[in-house]
Amino acid sequence: MILRLSNRACVLSGSARLKSTLSTYFDEMGKAGIILKSASAGIFENLALEDWIHDHVDLQNRSILLLWRNSPVVVIGRHQNPWQECNLPLMRRLGIPLARRRSGGGTVFHDFGNINMTFFTSKKKYDRHRNLKVVTSALKALRPDLDVTATDRFDILLNGHHKISGTAAKLGRTSAYHHCTLLCSVDRSILSSVLKSNTSEVIRSNATLSVPSPVKNLSDVDPTLDADTIMEAIASQFNNEFGFDSPVITVDPAHEALMPGIHKMTNDIQMWEWIYGKTPKFSVCTSLVVDDVNIKLDMDIKSGTVEKCVVEIPEDWLPPETVNEFTSALNGSKYCPNEAAVLVAAFMRTRSMSADVAGKIHRLCEGVLSVM
Amino acid sequence: MAAVITVRAPFAFMRRLVSLRLHKRCCSKVQSAYLVYRPHSYSLIAGQQQRFFRTSCVAARPVMPFKLSDIGEGIMEVTVKEWYVKEGDKVSQFDSICEVQSDKASVTITSRYDGIIRKLYYDVDSIALVGTALVDIETDAGQVEGPQEDVVETPAVSHEEHTHQEIKGLKTQATPAVRRLAMENTIKLSEVVGTGKDGRILKEDILNFIARQTGAILPPSPFQEICPPPPAPVAHSTPAAKPREKTTPPSVPTPVIPKPVFTGKDRTEPIKGFQKAMVRTMSAALKIPHFGYKDEVDLSQLVRLRSELKGLSESRGVKLSYMPFFIKAASLSLLHFPILNSSLDENCTNITYKAAHNIGLAMDTNQGLLVPNVKNVQMLSVFELAVELNRLQTLGSSGQLGTVDLTGGTFTLSNIGSIGGTYAKPVILPPEVAIGALGKIQVLPRFNHKDEVVKAHIMNVSWSADHRIIDGATMCRFSNMWRSYLENPATMVLDLK
Repeated sequence: MILRLSNRACVLSGSARLKSTLSTYFDEMGKAGIILKSASAGIFENLALEDWIHDHVDLQNRSILLLWRNSPVVVIGRHQNPWQECNLPLMRRLGIPLARRRSGGGTVFHDFGNINMTFFTSKKKYDRHRNLKVVTSALKALRPDLDVTATDRFDILLNGHHKISGTAAKLGRTSAYHHCTLLCSVDRSILSSVLKSNTSEVIRSNATLSVPSPVKNLSDVDPTLDADTIMEAIASQFNNEFGFDSPVITVDPAHEALMPGIHKMTNDIQMWEWIYGKTPKFSVCTSLVVDDVNIKLDMDIKSGTVEKCVVEIPEDWLPPETVNEFTSALNGSKYCPNEAAVLVAAFMRTRSMSADVAGKIHRLCEGVLSVM
Repeated sequence: MAAVITVRAPFAFMRRLVSLRLHKRCCSKVQSAYLVYRPHSYSLIAGQQQRFFRTSCVAARPVMPFKLSDIGEGIMEVTVKEWYVKEGDKVSQFDSICEVQSDKASVTITSRYDGIIRKLYYDVDSIALVGTALVDIETDAGQVEGPQEDVVETPAVSHEEHTHQEIKGLKTQATPAVRRLAMENTIKLSEVVGTGKDGRILKEDILNFIARQTGAILPPSPFQEICPPPPAPVAHSTPAAKPREKTTPPSVPTPVIPKPVFTGKDRTEPIKGFQKAMVRTMSAALKIPHFGYKDEVDLSQLVRLRSELKGLSESRGVKLSYMPFFIKAASLSLLHFPILNSSLDENCTNITYKAAHNIGLAMDTNQGLLVPNVKNVQMLSVFELAVELNRLQTLGSSGQLGTVDLTGGTFTLSNIGSIGGTYAKPVILPPEVAIGALGKIQVLPRFNHKDEVVKAHIMNVSWSADHRIIDGATMCRFSNMWRSYLENPATMVLDLK
């Protein structure tokens, strides 16, 4: 099971005994505290790893720290609205995916310059302040002059002003996890542009809103601080704080034999129905200008699907029957520009219309799609 | 009187008489029993029937308020964010009931009881106070164990753990409801394999155990009797058959295999999205009277040409497949047969001959069928076609195709052969009048002009056209011209514009 064992780290892979899972491996280790590091940079694999540990590992007498990093991705909280929180068209153009996690809280941008830490405990031992203390103490141990403090909103501030870490948590029946980010050397220009929604003003919803804060990278104040050094420091501080003596164990979240069921979990959180479909009910109310004509657009979206679509168009620009057919083509479709385009295209194919009307519908559709 | 006694199985009836426990399901039978035995008591009971059921014993399906337990960290209120159940739903213990949020923490609340949800106390987005009721659950009799309310100060979870996981002296883990089911069916928990978390024994495990024993699936009702095992195999037959069978060797007893239980269920979903678009388009296509025309194309020379040009194209940064050649050949042929690039109006009174050759490509994406088209193929070179195809493919696979790319097509080609197949019967996409489906390229033996058998790269093409305005001869001549361009790619050079 263990490929490489040094005094600080080892790698888990290729189970020789078929019945061994990660869970039984922990039982055999018999340690009260375990530090894990994910071998994957894929957000969905890592989120699935968190869920698997939360669901399958006995945390009543054990605490686990998981360290992980991802390639560029925007992660929204469980009850948030992605159209309100980030710039989806920009993300599509840049090829930055969107993920929804199971914990609450706000929206964050991850890339390799960001460290994620997840503290798994039983519900009794759930203590976010103590976990954040591990982080701040680790940073101070590395650089005693660093001014990092945790606030009562569970943020970590640098120099009392810039946010370098945000927190979210998930509580289940018997166990809980608390995870937080840590900005070491993230690309701040991408961060600020993707986390600024292009349509938030036109959305009315009760979804949890993120609280924007000025951010900074740890590398901005000390360029010698890099993610690997910081992760090592956090691992040792975790051992110190709780009196554990765990090495850092690398885990590959794609290993189905080690973690039965994790492939399905990874697939489930990539489905449109989870990422977009779990958005709480919201409505979009806006005015578009197409060909110098003012068009009022009103849509109700539930579970990411258009439940009601009303378009107010002056009758002389487009006949009402055509407009009605256009809106009924959109009714019941996912609030997604790709699907809406396909449905409108099918509508245009099966309705004979002059080139002039077709052109207007193209431009109208473009306007509607711009808010998706 | 004797008749009434035999209404219910003896054990259950005696139990009811002795302990006076009443269940809603059999209350009608109970009433008739009382009618015969103690008519005067019946009238007494009738008037107070409701109260009698509720106050005298807990077992009469009580409705328990399930209170929101302490989340920890001194939090007194949370926001209800999502309900996983609605009124009337059946829940089992540990099923998720709802999701609440407090201060960046998302909490999944799971059910304490088996039962049916009778009332939800909060709407989505309302604030729920810790310690107040979240839902009412109508439970089965005898399920109530421990305190009926959650204690606000200490996490109630620890109490649950005590009763369910750390019962002293017992190694098997099962909830009280499961234990009762096992007891009523006289099953030893140690004989049952648990499939739940940590080897916990679930209700399904007990039912499967019973099914295996009796060869039948039983509903989880506390009063169900176990059917006796099936009668001994027929091989050990009656004495009458014995004389005849004495000479035959003793037959092997027929094995009794428990009926495998298929638990799959039909699933009905509404048609929406890409499927809805396809339903709409294809239903309109039904109105077109299709005829089919198939042919075989020898692509040996084209295969050679493409392998020569591939390197050059890649040096320009574009992947070159066979499609640009197929599309360009189609466009060159359409110049000679413009009726195949036309459109018929709704009343079939006018044909519009389209000037532009906007040739559509059927594209298979992970969401379904998309048909974007390349505009004005008549003005594009083979290389430019390749560039445009790459652009459409990238947009298609990332879900970014817009309505302009998806509409305005005048003729379509479907390269189903890239996935598989030889012949097809493609469906014309309105408002077009023709479509071609290309099968896969196979290497087959063919005779050449010297009567020698040579290796040839053969592809089958299947055309469909609107027989209201296109006749077989036109389609045949178009196909022949298209074929000849591809079998002798050099001729395309002569006619390139």
